[in-house]
Amino acid sequence: MSTLENGTRCSPAIHAPGERQITFGQAIREAIAEEMARDENVFVIGEDVAEAGSVFKVLVGLLDEFGPERVIDSPISEAGIAGIGVGAAITGMRPIVDIMFGDFTTLVMDQLVNQAAKTHYMSGGKLTVPMVLRTTLGASRRSAAQHSQSLHALFSHIPGLKVALPATPYDAKGLMKTAIRDDNPVVIFEDKMLYQEKGPVPEEEYTLPLGQADVKRTGEDITIIATSSMVYVGLEAADKLASIGISAELIDPRTTNPLDSDTLIQSAKKTSRALVLDEGYRQYGVTGEIASVIADGAFYYLDAPVKRIGAMNVPVPFSPAMEDLTIPDADDVVETAKAMCAGDS
Amino acid sequence: MSEKNDSNPNETELDTEHWLQAYEQMVKIRTFEETANDLYTSARMPGITHLYIGEEAIAVGICEALRQDDYITSTHRGHGHCLAKGADLDRMFAELLGKEAGYCRGKGGSMHIADQETGNLGANGIVGGSAGIATGAGMSIKLRGTDQVSVCFFGDGALGQGLLYESMNMAQLWKLPVIYVCENNQYGEYTHNSKTAAGSMVGRASGFGVHAQAIDGQDIRTVHATARLVIERARKGGGPAFLVCNTYRFRGHHVGDIDRPYRTREEEAEWAKRDPLTLLEDWLLKSEQAEKQVLERIQQEVKTAVDDAVAFAEEASFPSESEVDRHVYA
Ligand SMILES: Cc1ncc(C[n+]2csc(CCOP(=O)(O)OP(=O)(O)O)c2C)c(N)n1
Ligand SMILES: [Mg+2]
Repeated sequence: MSTLENGTRCSPAIHAPGERQITFGQAIREAIAEEMARDENVFVIGEDVAEAGSVFKVLVGLLDEFGPERVIDSPISEAGIAGIGVGAAITGMRPIVDIMFGDFTTLVMDQLVNQAAKTHYMSGGKLTVPMVLRTTLGASRRSAAQHSQSLHALFSHIPGLKVALPATPYDAKGLMKTAIRDDNPVVIFEDKMLYQEKGPVPEEEYTLPLGQADVKRTGEDITIIATSSMVYVGLEAADKLASIGISAELIDPRTTNPLDSDTLIQSAKKTSRALVLDEGYRQYGVTGEIASVIADGAFYYLDAPVKRIGAMNVPVPFSPAMEDLTIPDADDVVETAKAMCAGDS
Repeated sequence: MSEKNDSNPNETELDTEHWLQAYEQMVKIRTFEETANDLYTSARMPGITHLYIGEEAIAVGICEALRQDDYITSTHRGHGHCLAKGADLDRMFAELLGKEAGYCRGKGGSMHIADQETGNLGANGIVGGSAGIATGAGMSIKLRGTDQVSVCFFGDGALGQGLLYESMNMAQLWKLPVIYVCENNQYGEYTHNSKTAAGSMVGRASGFGVHAQAIDGQDIRTVHATARLVIERARKGGGPAFLVCNTYRFRGHHVGDIDRPYRTREEEAEWAKRDPLTLLEDWLLKSEQAEKQVLERIQQEVKTAVDDAVAFAEEASFPSESEVDRHVYA
């Protein structure tokens, strides 16, 4: 791969023949449009979401369909729109607050962490905050340290928040619809590199529960737990492992909070090895939490210590020569899995 | 929306030599940006970049009134500020190409160029993100008892960020030497500011008692004369100022924004009549301070320097793998 090329680490989407194929971006758009049609309390607010249809063009057409009262271009005021989201949610609306880059969620921390996450509890269960905050994660676009982070672990840490990070168009649509209907604040992280990825999405309406992992590939020798775009890295690795006789199971938790611990533990018990893969910084991240859940729940069944692979613990560098080093790739996964299966990890 | 321009201050004129220097700086920025665009379209530059074309009079007008030891903070649209404050072309291009010889060793890229030697505390990828940093530099100047000043460049879009108001309030309370320069190019990304900024722009600062005025950002003579007054005032302990410089970005939000469906070609043509470079050229010629050949020679020299800098940057090497985890901590 040329170092100048913007990253292309996604393998072709997972296909199921006969079904309608749409992109990840279209799936998100469809979910929001369907929920807006279903419930007049749902509205979208964010920077360049209306006229421009969002900078990633995911929301194109919503303005025409639902009008400027419900698809609202905001000033560049992340804290403000998050606060408006919380207040509107408490008083009967179902806002979808759009934060363009996951890196900018640091600007909404108080509104999300101290307000949205705690309102229901602090009010003794009286007030609810049915709000969705959708944002992005993922590096490899040569966008440097302030436009490339995967910060979902920060929010997964907070009781009162739910966090989803879909990997496929199917999951994106189903989880988005559920998130909008959920009576709690839900943060959805979408990988910027996945918006153009196609996958099967049925015409009929469906939703997916928050807190249910999905087995993306079954296998016998090792369980790879991967989130968001890392699902594709994991699948690519699983293909390579298959060619050398290692059968990998790949599980996508789809939400980090709530976390479907049972499915992860059962799989690890079955394969006796678990490797956790996530694009957040490795330190104090999602991989650490999931690894400890598995170590705890499957300890007596494991033939190797649980391993984890995350982004390097450095701000994401601009130069392609360095950026690619910081993000896990299939070869990293293959090497680690091989070592685990050989018993020399 | 453009804020109505306040009347021109009494002009503190530079001599011809300095005007030609300012002209050269503006040509340098224009040529740098056109070249950066070429690098993008020919797939020789990683990522995207935001061009400063059309706004050159602001960075140069302000920075020509600064000393080397004064500070600036810059934005995602920052090449103009960095160059105007004295950055070298070769290390700028090297950074844009992600090379080790770049200002930030390839770690920052287009949006994060910093250069302490010229007082550039860094460009910022977070809109409004440097309001606090520039104000903190003002605090440091006051505590250290020097007569430096700190200039915070930001776009009209940053008027949406609360940090700016927290910062200006403190700057006025404590009479910090900070100049807040709002480059009002009418748009934040794809949205006109009439849809995002309520009320008066200057009123946002004057409400805190900060000296505030709106000026024609296309005319370097106005920008420079105003800058000198507020900068001298700040040096003497007179406190912060807020300048709304009315301007226009002649290109898209970034190099990939070529259709620009959110604004009309007519509006662009109107603004093109007020190209800051042409305005300065016309004045230099009309006031007989320079002949056409002199200006053309400057353009030619800049072009050669830019070409050399690009060649330097393209030949420079990428950082080695061991660079990736250096500088996480000091
Ligand atoms: C806090 C934050 N929100 C959103 C963005 C995305 N973004 C980058 S540039 C931009 C528009 C900025 O407009 P303005 O401040 O007027 O500067 P201009 O681009 O016009 O020079 C936006 C919204 C960002 N970088 N930072
Ligand atoms: Mg602007």
